[in-house]
Amino acid sequence: MSTLILTLITGVGLGALYFLVASGLSLIYGLMHVLNFAHGAFLTLSAFIGWQVAQALGTASWGSFLVSILVGAVVGAIFATLTELVLIRPLYERHIEQVLVTVGLSFASVALFEGIWGTDAINIAGPPWLIGTTNVLGASIPNKYWVLIAAAAIVLIALVVFLQKTRYGMIIRAGVENRAMVTALGIDVRRSFTLVFAIGGAAAGIGGVLAMHAQTFVSAHLGSTLLIFAFIVTVVGGLGSLTGAAVASVLVAVLQQVANTYLGGTGDFIVVILLAVVLLVRPSGLMGRRA
Amino acid sequence: MTTTTGVPTLVRGRMGRFVPALIGLVLVVVMAILPLLNISLPGILPGPTYTPGSLALLSLCMVFAALALSYNLLLGTAGMLSFGHALYFGAGAYGLGILLKAFEVPLFPGIFLALIGGLLIALLTGAVAMRVSGIPFAMVTLAFAQAGSVLVRRNQQITGGEEGLGLATQQVPDWLVGVVNTRNLYWLTLIVLVLVYLIVLWVDRSRLGHLAEATRENELRVRVLGLRPYAVKLIVFMVAAGCAGLAGMAYLLLQSGTQPSAVSADLTITVLVMVVLGGVGFRWGAIVGGVLYTLLDQRLTVLARSEWIRDLPDVLRIPLSEPLFILGVLFILVVMFLPGGIAGTVDTVWRRRRGERTRGSLTQLDDAADGEVEVRA
Repeated sequence: MSTLILTLITGVGLGALYFLVASGLSLIYGLMHVLNFAHGAFLTLSAFIGWQVAQALGTASWGSFLVSILVGAVVGAIFATLTELVLIRPLYERHIEQVLVTVGLSFASVALFEGIWGTDAINIAGPPWLIGTTNVLGASIPNKYWVLIAAAAIVLIALVVFLQKTRYGMIIRAGVENRAMVTALGIDVRRSFTLVFAIGGAAAGIGGVLAMHAQTFVSAHLGSTLLIFAFIVTVVGGLGSLTGAAVASVLVAVLQQVANTYLGGTGDFIVVILLAVVLLVRPSGLMGRRA
Repeated sequence: MTTTTGVPTLVRGRMGRFVPALIGLVLVVVMAILPLLNISLPGILPGPTYTPGSLALLSLCMVFAALALSYNLLLGTAGMLSFGHALYFGAGAYGLGILLKAFEVPLFPGIFLALIGGLLIALLTGAVAMRVSGIPFAMVTLAFAQAGSVLVRRNQQITGGEEGLGLATQQVPDWLVGVVNTRNLYWLTLIVLVLVYLIVLWVDRSRLGHLAEATRENELRVRVLGLRPYAVKLIVFMVAAGCAGLAGMAYLLLQSGTQPSAVSADLTITVLVMVVLGGVGFRWGAIVGGVLYTLLDQRLTVLARSEWIRDLPDVLRIPLSEPLFILGVLFILVVMFLPGGIAGTVDTVWRRRRGERTRGSLTQLDDAADGEVEVRA
């Protein structure tokens, strides 16, 4: 029983991490039809900068932990905005070239990160509470998962409020729905492209710093591994759907953890099977439009 | 669409048809006698052409040229942006490696069986992945390749895990083993490259290839004509996977083993860089891209260790000592400013001189993909 609870809660925690990465990917794809391979690079850079900030402020305090998350979000947002302005915008409406450019960026940045911070994983430390565990119905849950779940919940709520209540949010939602119509109404959708990239980058940045704490190490390949699961999550959830991304990230991660615990570490494989099944039954994803 | 296609073979005069074939034949003959000659290309090859080091590098170039050719068939001819091509290269390398080591099958039956296995994997994964097209297809193929990579890394007793799988030399004929026989391996990879080229050429010229091109341009129209784009794309996908598998087997023999990197997403991206660098939709472009990339990767690694780079300040030293950083930046620049790649740019200049209009093949792929989206929306 306690193993099951542990598996489920760590699954939800991992799902929270996937959601932080996948939410940006899904929004970017929904609005701009760009598959952003550089998302992993945003995440990795944020993690490294966040780590250096936390090192400078002293790793054990909660203050430096929060500051490093904030810095991670800002770094992710800036990196993403620059990517959109310099690389994506000149290739407006050329979707395959946009994908290729982000592929090139992620390729180059991983190499650059290896050059700067070395090829080996760096062990990191955070507030001591993160390493401890909390007892839930007899199961010892590592505390870091609570932080992940809380962060993802805050980001999800913030995104929903932003998309539902603000003018820019409405433009983004309308743009995902029918971009031609929004443009015809005289609204410059392109400005919201940059915004979506910045938001996605910030979420990925938060995800990067937290992923580093969840794994207790940081390396130049931190982003690439998470990115592939984020891709699976966005396809399973339905491209362009934020709710879909949220549901699918929990589903994928819980399934992965359960399979890892009870089916002898086959989690990654099961996830790909799930992807295949979803594609065969519902090619547009769980919550995607255009069935 | 009023513009001409990016495939040059369709628009040549009667005599002009034989010129490329002749050039190709001369090139193959030159490559074939290269191990017997003593030519030094300082800065490109580590030593004279008859030395094992140079031959090994040239063989690696040809393996990747063959892999790039197979990927070009997928992306250039059929317009499918796959991020999982490494899976089939790895299936060839690991498939043959495991058959030789664990099942002690002799080399040539092993090649045949590994090819069948690779085609089966391609059939299964391709059939599922083609439920979606365009960008989602890219994501799904990436996920499949990742599953393959995980399987290879996890099953240590069969695949050797992170350490890689060594070649079981007792199953391989003596003339293909050891540094002394690099020359024979070189000729073997040349044969593989020519074979893959001929297969790709045959597909491109056949009805299958024409149908695949038509599907790339306008899938709906092909369906309205009563043809089945799904089957066409799946067959092209399997042929491309089979060719990648052959390249993978040559890689296994050449490196006398294989590492998990042969199935990784990084390898797919490397192949993508090669094809885009050379020019999407051009067979000779894929070969040039594969060779150029491999040479650049090797030379830049040597350059990174050189004295004058070590003395530079950090801001310059770190980027210059990372070959993949330079190649990634080069790739971005090519996509942004030279979308046709090397072959596409040469072709455009050539056609313009003859007064024809052209457009980059990548741009065309995009138009085709956009048309599809509009039709379905």
